[in-house]
Amino acid sequence: MRSTTLWRYLTLSPTLLLFLFLTVLPLASLFVLSVHEVEWRDRIAHWDWVGMANYAHLAKDTLFTAGILNTLIFAVVAVSFQMILGFWLALLTQRVTRGQLVYRTIFLLPILVPGIIIGAIWKLMYSFDFGVVNQLLLYLGMTPQDWLGDSSLALLSVIVVDVWHWTPFCFLLLLAGLQSLPEDIYEASRLDGATGWRELRYITLPLMLPSIIVTFLFRMILAFKVFDEVYLLTGGGPGTSTEVISFTIYRRFFTEDQAGYGAAMSVATFAVIAIAIAAVSRIMGNKDPEAGV
Amino acid sequence: MKARAIVSRHLILILYSFIVLFPFYWIISASFKTQIDLLMGRFFSTPHLQGYRDVLFSGTSDFSRNFFNSLLIGSVSTALVLVIATLGAYSLYRMRWPNWVLHSLLGWSVVFHMVPPITLAGAWYTLFRAVGLDDTWLGLILAHTTLNLPMALWMMGVFVRNVPSELVEAAQLDNARTPEILRYVIVPLVKPGLAAAGILSFIFSWNEFAVTLTLSQRSTATVPIGIGKYAQENTIAFTEMAAASALSILPAVILLLFAQRFIVRGLTSGALK
Repeated sequence: MRSTTLWRYLTLSPTLLLFLFLTVLPLASLFVLSVHEVEWRDRIAHWDWVGMANYAHLAKDTLFTAGILNTLIFAVVAVSFQMILGFWLALLTQRVTRGQLVYRTIFLLPILVPGIIIGAIWKLMYSFDFGVVNQLLLYLGMTPQDWLGDSSLALLSVIVVDVWHWTPFCFLLLLAGLQSLPEDIYEASRLDGATGWRELRYITLPLMLPSIIVTFLFRMILAFKVFDEVYLLTGGGPGTSTEVISFTIYRRFFTEDQAGYGAAMSVATFAVIAIAIAAVSRIMGNKDPEAGV
Repeated sequence: MKARAIVSRHLILILYSFIVLFPFYWIISASFKTQIDLLMGRFFSTPHLQGYRDVLFSGTSDFSRNFFNSLLIGSVSTALVLVIATLGAYSLYRMRWPNWVLHSLLGWSVVFHMVPPITLAGAWYTLFRAVGLDDTWLGLILAHTTLNLPMALWMMGVFVRNVPSELVEAAQLDNARTPEILRYVIVPLVKPGLAAAGILSFIFSWNEFAVTLTLSQRSTATVPIGIGKYAQENTIAFTEMAAASALSILPAVILLLFAQRFIVRGLTSGALK
């Protein structure tokens, strides 16, 4: 029995060590960093204690608030479109008997491709001078737009890319949900004369609610992490119109050398997300910690 | 009536297939154009291989090195993720840890999985610099392993829990030790899970950008970093960017054609328990 105890620790220790040294320790170091200002003098880092000053500065930082606001708008608008479009496509695909696999193969492609390449492709397509989007507009007799350079259009353009990129993910999860619904309920409802909209409204939607919620949460989490596409498409600009939270943090840390302030932002983001998770799992009355993955 | 419904369904799905495929078609056709043809907006032009030649064989191009780095970091980190996650999942679900250990570990992995990786990138950068792991393969492998571990731990947990506990108990009655149980009972039964988690882990590592950007320099940069570089330069080399993009889509296409079963199972195992 003693060897079992030993193995119990041995099998879990790689996970524990990795989490400890590469997630817990860095978070702790971020916390320490966030109450300091780091300055490089003569190639040596000097840590000056500044207390809560970095946090106090957060509330007044328009880039940070713009970042949070833009991330929220981006996530809510993009994910809503993806859910509706994905659900519709899943319904259509499920009812198709021939070619289901072909459609699924094609639809899956975008989610397997690196975000940065999606960004590169769309950057070329959005190009003011030679992009295919403007060529199409010209062909239709409309005025070409500066999709990424116009501050009133830029966030929308990024959202369009995200909808194109991630609708297939919602499609796939919702299709799996649809395919797991019991067939006999539909047979019974058809015997009762339910068709089309009524079947969707009173049978499919209620039964699909758990899948819909899980898919929605999955996507929201990913949408909040958005970085790659924005980095390549707009770099947060023009102005602050596509400034998202990941990008603000990145800039503070790595291009503006404000490590202490960047750390305060990271800790604040971390805290907000932890609170959000706690709130969501309480609302859903689910004690299972995996429910939100 | 019924035939019309079927036709209209197919029409909508085919239209959406076009929307999905068009950007890929466009980037591939752009990669065969010359910079001038592309900038002039010529839709049809004689195909040129200059973009590919520049990307693959020019002395100033880092693409083949980036490709090698991506393959190395992707495969080593995936192997590590699978070993660590399988051991961890077995330990957590089959070796009677107290509930608080199980819940706090899984809870923590969920929180970690949800925060933008960039929040930790700054801390990793400081930490890795302190111990000399910045700009090394080992550092990037460790970072990618950590990023993909929550997903794999959770997926392997689903598969390990599906192994009937009678099988494990029977093996224990036969005096099998833990390594033997893992080797002869667990691993053979969770192979589909290993395939799903492994393929996803490799794809995520291949696609990872934010953390790699902060932890790598020229010699350790991966494919996405290389592509990001093209777009950042003052005069963008569009055809090279297009050719490099087209080449980096290849692994996704290959995996999609030959391992779609596992990708779908992996991605949907979260929605269906």
